[in-house]
Amino acid sequence: MTDAQHTTGSIGRRLTLYLAIVAALLSLLSWGIVTGFARQATEKTQDNVLAAAATAIAETLRSEQGEVWLELPYSAFSMLGAISEDRVFYRITANGALLTGYEDLPVSSDPSIRAGEVGFTTNAYRGEALRMATVSRRILAGNRPVQVIVTVGQTREGIATIARGLSRQAGFLSIAFFLIAVVLSFFAARASLRPLNEIAKAVSRRGPSDLRPLRRSAPRELAPLVAALNRFMDRLGQSIRRSEDFIVEAAHRVRTPLATVRVHADLALRNAQTEAERDRLRQMIRAIDESSRSAGQLLDHATVAFRADDLLKDQISLKELAERTVTSMVPTASMKDIEIDLEAEALCVEGDAVLLDNALRNILDNAIKYSSEDTTILMRVTAQNSEAHITIIDQGAGLGDDPAEMLTQRFKRGKNAENIVGSGLGLTIAADVLSAHGGRLELRNKAEGSGVCASLILPLA
Amino acid sequence: MRLAYFALGLSLSLTPAAGFEPEDHLWIEGSGDEVLRILSTADLDVFTPYLMAFHAENPSLDLDYTVVSSTDLYSEIHAGGVYDVVISSAMDLQFQLANDGLARRHRSPITQNLPDWAQWREVIFAFTTEPAVVLISTEHFDGLEIPQTRQELITILRDNPERFTGAIGTYDVRDSGLGYLFATQEDRATDAYWRLSEVMGRLQPALYCCSGPMIEDVMSGKLALAYNVLGSYAAERLADQSEGRVQILRMTDFSNVILRTALIPNTAPNPTEAGAFIDALLTIALRNGAEDWPLPPLNAATVPATGSGFGPIRLGPALMVYLDPLNRRNFLAEWENAILQQ
Repeated sequence: MTDAQHTTGSIGRRLTLYLAIVAALLSLLSWGIVTGFARQATEKTQDNVLAAAATAIAETLRSEQGEVWLELPYSAFSMLGAISEDRVFYRITANGALLTGYEDLPVSSDPSIRAGEVGFTTNAYRGEALRMATVSRRILAGNRPVQVIVTVGQTREGIATIARGLSRQAGFLSIAFFLIAVVLSFFAARASLRPLNEIAKAVSRRGPSDLRPLRRSAPRELAPLVAALNRFMDRLGQSIRRSEDFIVEAAHRVRTPLATVRVHADLALRNAQTEAERDRLRQMIRAIDESSRSAGQLLDHATVAFRADDLLKDQISLKELAERTVTSMVPTASMKDIEIDLEAEALCVEGDAVLLDNALRNILDNAIKYSSEDTTILMRVTAQNSEAHITIIDQGAGLGDDPAEMLTQRFKRGKNAENIVGSGLGLTIAADVLSAHGGRLELRNKAEGSGVCASLILPLA
Repeated sequence: MRLAYFALGLSLSLTPAAGFEPEDHLWIEGSGDEVLRILSTADLDVFTPYLMAFHAENPSLDLDYTVVSSTDLYSEIHAGGVYDVVISSAMDLQFQLANDGLARRHRSPITQNLPDWAQWREVIFAFTTEPAVVLISTEHFDGLEIPQTRQELITILRDNPERFTGAIGTYDVRDSGLGYLFATQEDRATDAYWRLSEVMGRLQPALYCCSGPMIEDVMSGKLALAYNVLGSYAAERLADQSEGRVQILRMTDFSNVILRTALIPNTAPNPTEAGAFIDALLTIALRNGAEDWPLPPLNAATVPATGSGFGPIRLGPALMVYLDPLNRRNFLAEWENAILQQ
């Protein structure tokens, strides 16, 4: 979980970008479609009006005294003026001869236009594109049939201006939609990534030895990741347990034969003849003791690790616990003529008595080891700020210059401990037990005179 | 000294190349070589202030102002006559010129301010709204009720033939483009028009080419009534000066309002100066009433106190309908039947 991890861009930003690109394409597409529709609609409107105008003119056709007669209806032209400011041209022919209108109008003489139908053509006229509607009507003038063709044309400029205006409005709308879509994309991307961030937070919030499976509901896409993570943690846990089992087994196997060797070494010491022989045997016994103690502490450490994973929550009287531990340590202390002075308040904590006893024993054991002969170890159980403090003060040489945090690491020993039997696991065990109980271990040199003040701090029940 | 080369002359000499009879002509000498040639239907007494105002702003331009009838104006431009600005009150003829592509576009900040109805395709620009009015001589109407509608007018004319015979004036729509426009629009708007024409026809009406002589004849008492006179401010001023002898009537049943329009022909040698001239006209047209010009402003039609309550005739292709030769022939035949009654 380091911040310096190598990253390849942000999914959120990429998602926003992709969504924005999609929105831009859709906006462009919709603008194009609306523009096309606007043009079609205005052109269709113009066609309809042209057709209506041509038809209206054709309907005024009548024959009078053998001649074709017509009167341009006012409405035919006023409706053309109503749709746009476009120029209007017309031509009406009877049997090919001009009746009225613009003679040079480029009407395609398409014979396929049948009576009642409207034909549309677009031609250039006087420098502009002209849309024309043509209708044909056959009337009887006297007793001969006359084919009358009515053509009404209108330029497309005004129509195009209307279509352009609509297109521009559609363009503004498209841009507005695009901007809204970008903002929404940003929020959508953030919302989609929230479960991922929550899982990451849940994992990084965990304690260093917490390998329980992640029991958090995840979206379908993240389920494989969570499952893989859980499988990984499961395998890791199994692997750790296997190595702990192995250590316990190994410690057991070493300790039992060591006890036998120790008995024989004692016997040999008692029967030794020369001082040199006795000296060698004493060194041997000392080495055996050290090994045995290490094996014992490895076992303790494994026990702590195992029990801390699934911590008991018993009500424990600290006074009784302290008295029991002190009683069990008195024989060791009296070998160095050390007196343990216990003053305990009646305090109660929640936790595992075996582990707390183990932690207390390790601290007390250290105090005894590092104290000179014929001194007193003070042990106080007090309540401070809703915490229980078990303070053990010896009159030994003190911690030296090493930082207290270093001493609680596994197999780390202080520089002034070289002549003393120890594995370097005692403080680690105590610290692990306390942190499993939500407490902590504080080590400091005494303010006055030499000696260490060790505090085991636990939350009160 | 500016006055040294500033000369104002009223020239009655005819422009030789023209195939028409100018009614009047004005030349305003400018300091430069450029000439702005204006062909117009507006009389000099109405239009000289506009020309002088433009000349004051553009002293370098010579102004060549020719007054003709609206039909002459139309045929002159249609035949390719070379002018910079064309001004006419015959909206239909002006529109036809624009529709047929004989006029060029003009766009300026001032044209953008025009209301939609006052321009078409940025080719035709309206700069006045002028109603058609009835001018009456109060002496002739002595003891009679002043008519408010065509129906009342018909009744009065019909009941008093002795008073009104030979004392009615109106446009000869065969000669006058504006008269034809008034008549055709009235035909479209009210059926009373033909009944009125019938009644006037029985009274042997005098037919006129233009508003000016008609107004004069009412002033002099020769005419009792002039029908469809262009109600410009000049007419109102004349009525004011007549000490009540002449009264201007607006028919309340219907009243035509025409737009006097200007355009720049394609043949214009100086289109930029022509545009400036039109902009000057439009600036005056869009005034807010305080200034006094011979012609009414554009918003006169929409101001209730001075307007007739009827909107101006619309600039649009419908104006071309009555110009169609067949329609014109039909209409003139009917009109002759009603007015001439031979």
